[in-house]
Amino acid sequence: MKTLYDKLWNDHIVHSESDDPNGMVILYIDRHLVHEVTSPQAFESLKLAGRKPWRTDSILAVADHNVPTTDRSKGIRDPVSRLQIETLDQNCEEFAITEFKMNDERQGIVHVIGPEQGATLPGMTVVCGDSHTSTHGAFGCLAFGIGTSEVEHVLATQCLVARKSKTMLVRVEGDLPPGITAKDIALAVIGEIGTAGGTGYAIEFAGSAIRSLSMEGRMTLCNMAIEAGARAGMVGVDEVTISYIKGRPFAPQGDLWDRAVARWRTLISDEGAIFDRMVELKATDIKPQVTWGTSPEMVASVDGYVPDPAEISDPTKRNDIEHALQYMGLKPKMPIQEISLDKIFIGSCTNSRIEDLRAAADVIKGKQIAPNIKLALVVPGSGLVKSMAEKEGLDKVFLSAGFEWREPGCSMCLAMNDDRLLPGERCASTSNRNFEGRQGPGGRTHLVSPAMAAAAAIAGHFVDIRSFSVK
Amino acid sequence: MKKFRKFKGIVAPLDRANVDTDAIIPKQFLKSIKRSGFGQNLFDEWRYLDYGEPGKDMSLRRLNPDFILNQPRYQGAGILVTRDNFGCGSSREHAPWALQDYGFDVIIAPGFADIFYNNCFKIGLLPIILDTSVIDRLIGDALAINGYRLEVDLDAQTVTALSGEVYRFDVDPFRRHCLLNGLDEIGLTLQHADKIRKFEANRRNDQPWLFLQQGRGGL
Repeated sequence: MKTLYDKLWNDHIVHSESDDPNGMVILYIDRHLVHEVTSPQAFESLKLAGRKPWRTDSILAVADHNVPTTDRSKGIRDPVSRLQIETLDQNCEEFAITEFKMNDERQGIVHVIGPEQGATLPGMTVVCGDSHTSTHGAFGCLAFGIGTSEVEHVLATQCLVARKSKTMLVRVEGDLPPGITAKDIALAVIGEIGTAGGTGYAIEFAGSAIRSLSMEGRMTLCNMAIEAGARAGMVGVDEVTISYIKGRPFAPQGDLWDRAVARWRTLISDEGAIFDRMVELKATDIKPQVTWGTSPEMVASVDGYVPDPAEISDPTKRNDIEHALQYMGLKPKMPIQEISLDKIFIGSCTNSRIEDLRAAADVIKGKQIAPNIKLALVVPGSGLVKSMAEKEGLDKVFLSAGFEWREPGCSMCLAMNDDRLLPGERCASTSNRNFEGRQGPGGRTHLVSPAMAAAAAIAGHFVDIRSFSVK
Repeated sequence: MKKFRKFKGIVAPLDRANVDTDAIIPKQFLKSIKRSGFGQNLFDEWRYLDYGEPGKDMSLRRLNPDFILNQPRYQGAGILVTRDNFGCGSSREHAPWALQDYGFDVIIAPGFADIFYNNCFKIGLLPIILDTSVIDRLIGDALAINGYRLEVDLDAQTVTALSGEVYRFDVDPFRRHCLLNGLDEIGLTLQHADKIRKFEANRRNDQPWLFLQQGRGGL
């Protein structure tokens, strides 16, 4: 009896370095996603060593981290960002690698476009020089982030030298209450096990609440596995997975489709398979989550309070909370719903897909953002998400509520482009990290679901989406 | 990659848990297409009082006197001792590059984030995991004793304090072998090129859909 992770791992072993079943192996990589930030040094070293990419048709490249989200017709103003993107363009041209350039409608955040194109398929190993590669595990594949040396390794050899992780099953049973999303599950899990709880593990998410999620929801969940410390998150294949993939540009068709689907259906953990660790959550216990600190584990329910460090006995933990509250400008025991906001960000590889935009638009329809909100941004995950949303009229809903409707990219999730918080500004963000300075130096980030961010934009402070009027 | 065998150096303590890669090297410095020069911006937001940007004249930057690495006694430190989950967050190899470029050869903590830990070995920066109780002592000593040093022996897998106490650490044998000998891992993998080709050919035959190009679905 094998776990899904065991099956995926075993199916990719080219060579074992030792007799130890948990020792280093050479692991074959099916899909290599490449973006502008972590690849230039890899291409440079590859060329210096006189090597070439092993299999260029495994690579899909896109610029996402640095791209402006405003009018792109005049190119990129920042010369340093521009050079990085031009370097990606040149490397892709030199080696005939498929790249979606900045003004291609298919351009977008690498973890949105892979699945959207069907370039992420069940049973694959998917890597990218980006920690949120865990997103792709939603499709029953083994997907994880790598550093630049490993980007070069995969370019040169189509393989990685890797060691098997331990396995963790996170089971969420029951019906999710109205207003509770995959983002809330992810934050609740991180609140439960901590940001180092998944270190050394690959997490599989299972249970009826996970089965009930759309592919978008499953991607949100697997995306955040890395915030729990797990390099890979995954969900077994079912009808939801298969119907999402059907008809996408890179997906198989005809007889090959049938053969592929038959194989994909085996990509689930066997009944009775043993995991190294089990975590169980009841769906009905999960409330809307809001982070209050500078680590995703510093999270509370929307009806909760900022903690009081004086009540924490562990000195390291107390010290961390004191630091975090000082940075965040929050007082102990303050109700979460009294936290007022300056900016709203709806986007990122966590929550910028069509379902996320629909959920946010539902909340704000016919309403106006609060006067204290200086900027509310919607940044779709890809050009295709953007045009789909526009066909549904979502852009108009956002614009008439006072949001800005931008071009796709990573944007204010990590603020490598011009979209950023100013020192002391407070933001309700649908992204994945609330680290110090993540959204701009001195910026204060609160992670929430798209619906919660939208409701906060209207109210000007956090509100409980379960009782917020969506009329 | 340079060989790593023994290292002796001044210990700098960073008494914080969950030090993330955004803190180690903020994103604005990731726009560089080079591998070097990140050391001056290591821990930029903690180390300086002003906002750092690529190309800014470093001689005009204002150091934060309260930040531990700015204290005169820790200048030239080669070993960083810190808390659990060091290097959490992004996969940016710029984080180990910055630590190494600054002058660190060894990072000691009760635990590291997986991707960061892995990235360190690729560039010859040695991450060592020791028990929290040992870390408590090392941080305490590094704060209390001026010029506090440790000696690290990768071959023997030991960390030795001046007082003579020896702490053993575990490290994966393959990674240890690569570091001790300064091996090029890509070269090692390419020694198995025939095996990779054979694996790939079988895979293409068994699961051809994994090799499709866009718009050529169904072949």
